[in-house]
Amino acid sequence: MNPLSRFLVELQDITFLFWRMLRGLRKQPRYFDEMVRHMDSIGVGSLAIVSLTGFFTGCVLILQAYPTLEYYGAQSSAGQSVAITLIRELGPVLCALMVAGRVGSAISAELGSMVVSQQIDAMRALGTSPARKLVTPRVIALVVTLPLLTVAADIFGLVGGGVIARYLYGLDANSYITSLRNGITIQDIIGGIIKPIVFGFIIGLISCHKGLTTQGGTVGVGKSTTDAVVLSSITVIIADFFLSKVLQGFFGNTLF
Amino acid sequence: MFQTETEIEPTIRRAILPVVPAIEFRDVDLAFDDKVILDGISFTVRRGETKIVLGGSGSGKSTIIKLILGLLQPDAGTILVDGEDITQCDEQELTEIRKKIGMVFQEGALFDSLSVYDNVAYRLAEEGIDEDEIEHEVIRMLRFVDLEDAIDKMPIELSGGMRRRVGIARALVGSPSIVLFDEPTAGLDPPTARTMCELAIKLRDLEGVSSIFVTHEMNNLKYLSSEYAIVDGEGRVFFEEEGDKLCLINTKVMMIKQGNIIFDGTDEELQISSDPYIHRFISGR
Repeated sequence: MNPLSRFLVELQDITFLFWRMLRGLRKQPRYFDEMVRHMDSIGVGSLAIVSLTGFFTGCVLILQAYPTLEYYGAQSSAGQSVAITLIRELGPVLCALMVAGRVGSAISAELGSMVVSQQIDAMRALGTSPARKLVTPRVIALVVTLPLLTVAADIFGLVGGGVIARYLYGLDANSYITSLRNGITIQDIIGGIIKPIVFGFIIGLISCHKGLTTQGGTVGVGKSTTDAVVLSSITVIIADFFLSKVLQGFFGNTLF
Repeated sequence: MFQTETEIEPTIRRAILPVVPAIEFRDVDLAFDDKVILDGISFTVRRGETKIVLGGSGSGKSTIIKLILGLLQPDAGTILVDGEDITQCDEQELTEIRKKIGMVFQEGALFDSLSVYDNVAYRLAEEGIDEDEIEHEVIRMLRFVDLEDAIDKMPIELSGGMRRRVGIARALVGSPSIVLFDEPTAGLDPPTARTMCELAIKLRDLEGVSSIFVTHEMNNLKYLSSEYAIVDGEGRVFFEEEGDKLCLINTKVMMIKQGNIIFDGTDEELQISSDPYIHRFISGR
């Protein structure tokens, strides 16, 4: 199969999986306890790495931007520069990449192991749809928790930027906070929440699809895990461009 | 006084209902890309009958089981389960049909994250059955496979044989009328393999279950086609060899080679077959 055909087949399979997942939401049982369990493992479990990533991203942003801002005499815009960069782009994208690495790989490996040990066949033989039982709770958990994690990453990033601005460059804390408040618009925040919702769908569907289509034993599990992380990460970055463009058109804000 | 149909015990009801085969394959074809897996195979499993499916690795034995469960769809042909054509069913209808079928997988295929209790209770829990009823049924099934003590263990703590016995218990929950065994004795020591065969014999003779027993081990064939289970007055189960007293007619053998049925008959007919492949298969030389 040539790469284009393979891509189209994968796209078709993911679309069918998405459709089965949506249909599964209409029927009983809905596996709410599974969803909560996954929200805990994805959300609470990823909070530390996402917060740390956000914090140091904020730190490095101000570290790199401040000398330039100082050169142009625009030190008072330091908070704004960090806020816009973090909330619009780096927060959602970095958070999604971290979650794709941590959670996407875990989902793919778990489902892949279930495939090779015939647990998925057993589940179907026992009258349960794997899409409903395994895919829906994981994707919903990602869609709910990724925006929350992004907000946490943004907050820690802004704090990180503030810490560096205050203690490394001696910027007044009030000046930094005022700049933050003036720099962030409601559109920035809405856009920064919409993006991780879409990224949650992307990571969840791709990881589940890769896991459920695992072939070839334990080697296949390794391959599907790698594929899930690589494909999720690339798709997140590509989707980010198109989402930014759509949000730009929707909010009429050229800064998006 | 006459009993209505629903009041009659399931085993008896199965016996008096019109004789529709439990499973029937009609000219079933299946190929993956250019590789032919099944080439127009037709066979029947009658109610209460055990069909032992023999064949080498990659001959298409396990594929037959996946087709019966609707896990795979054939390219052509008809598959009837309890008289219902499953090739025309959607996933929802297949789910209903699967409730009549119990499946024992090669390695047990237990859910790693669930305890033995939860594995066996899985089907009933999914159906939203009352917890007390689930517990009663789980204990009954674990007693049937003699694993009551392992109820709280996790699958990782079980030996290979125990995992498969739990797999049998899970398959039997809900009293399915058809049970499919996919090489349940592969890789087991002889006494444990014998135990697995005894469970299949008990299901056939005491529960009236129709089954397909996929294997490539000749010992399994010997046990299943020559022994039967009886219960004494105190409820103890015994196994006896067929002979002058009783001749087993509810066990048939089918051999598959490269997606084709090369033999379908009794074990006695198999033993005297002149086919060189069959001869080599059963003699191991």
